[in-house]
Amino acid sequence: MSVDIKPEHQPEGLEGAGFFATSLDKVVGLARANSLWPLPFATSCCGIEFMATMASHYDLARFGSERLSFSPRQADLLMVMGTISKKMGPILRQVYEQMAEPKWVLSMGACACSGGIFDSYSVLQGIDRIIPVDVYIPGCPPRPEQVLDGILKIQELTKSESIRRRDSPEYKAMLEQYGIE
Amino acid sequence: MDNNTLKDSIEQALKAQFDAHFIKAEMDYDFPVFTVKVDAIHDVLSYLKQTEGLGFHFLTTLCVIHMPDQTGAEFGVMYQLHNMHSNQRIRVKTWLSKDYVHIPTASDLWPAANWMERQEFDFFGVKFDGHPNLTRILNMDEMNYYPMRKEYPLEDGSRDDKNDKMFGR
Repeated sequence: MSVDIKPEHQPEGLEGAGFFATSLDKVVGLARANSLWPLPFATSCCGIEFMATMASHYDLARFGSERLSFSPRQADLLMVMGTISKKMGPILRQVYEQMAEPKWVLSMGACACSGGIFDSYSVLQGIDRIIPVDVYIPGCPPRPEQVLDGILKIQELTKSESIRRRDSPEYKAMLEQYGIE
Repeated sequence: MDNNTLKDSIEQALKAQFDAHFIKAEMDYDFPVFTVKVDAIHDVLSYLKQTEGLGFHFLTTLCVIHMPDQTGAEFGVMYQLHNMHSNQRIRVKTWLSKDYVHIPTASDLWPAANWMERQEFDFFGVKFDGHPNLTRILNMDEMNYYPMRKEYPLEDGSRDDKNDKMFGR
């Protein structure tokens, strides 16, 4: 798997001498995608792999996610990395609820996605039972390249998302399905 | 003092002190193990801790086992004690019937027993009478069963938290 690093493409729009006009959605999307603040919710070995992703060799900062937010209030992206036990479930959910819209969730590794090898009375069988998930990264644990790929997928979602999507009835119905206000 | 001598001397002391409540002493590999009746367990532990010359002042670990086929003595409680001055270790065992899984707490003797007993309560449902806060410690509070008891099928056929379509089972 290879990821080409290229400068951001200019969005579609009207260009002339000294001006460029495009829709607000696209500009906002572009800005959001390239300055995501992830909140690492790391509970086990996937968290270690994420540390490698953040460090100089893989360097997540290249994609604009340099600044990790350890407070949910300022975070855009919740990265759940590792086994979530049933006892941890309500805590994860509270962290999600504390994040301000717009927010995205990335589930990293087999445990967060499905419970993984922990087919057990104490482990939540996938975080999508309690919060909505945008991107799943499979693997046990996934390589840093996969994490970068997951972040790029989130960026694509971010870019193409209408700024009003979160007011849409579909989005509200989805949250209601999870019992989130 | 080697472990055999240690076993013999403690066996004598316990027999003299507790008589009918003392069941047996044995060597488990090279480890002295004493089995006593549950009525006397607290007195035995306190005797082993406080008596001059014994002084097992440190509780290394405490755990419960479940032997469902052992009728009348389904639950075992094991205490592993350590005398750090003479570097001697012993194990004390007692058995409970599944109809009455109550045992006096050891948390008044060793504060370390507090969390250990909570853990055993959490996983096996053994009630440690006199414990200051006998609540679940590791599992979620809402859990309404004791997961380490050997009374459940390996997998519950009715569970719906794994999708067979995706997990191919």
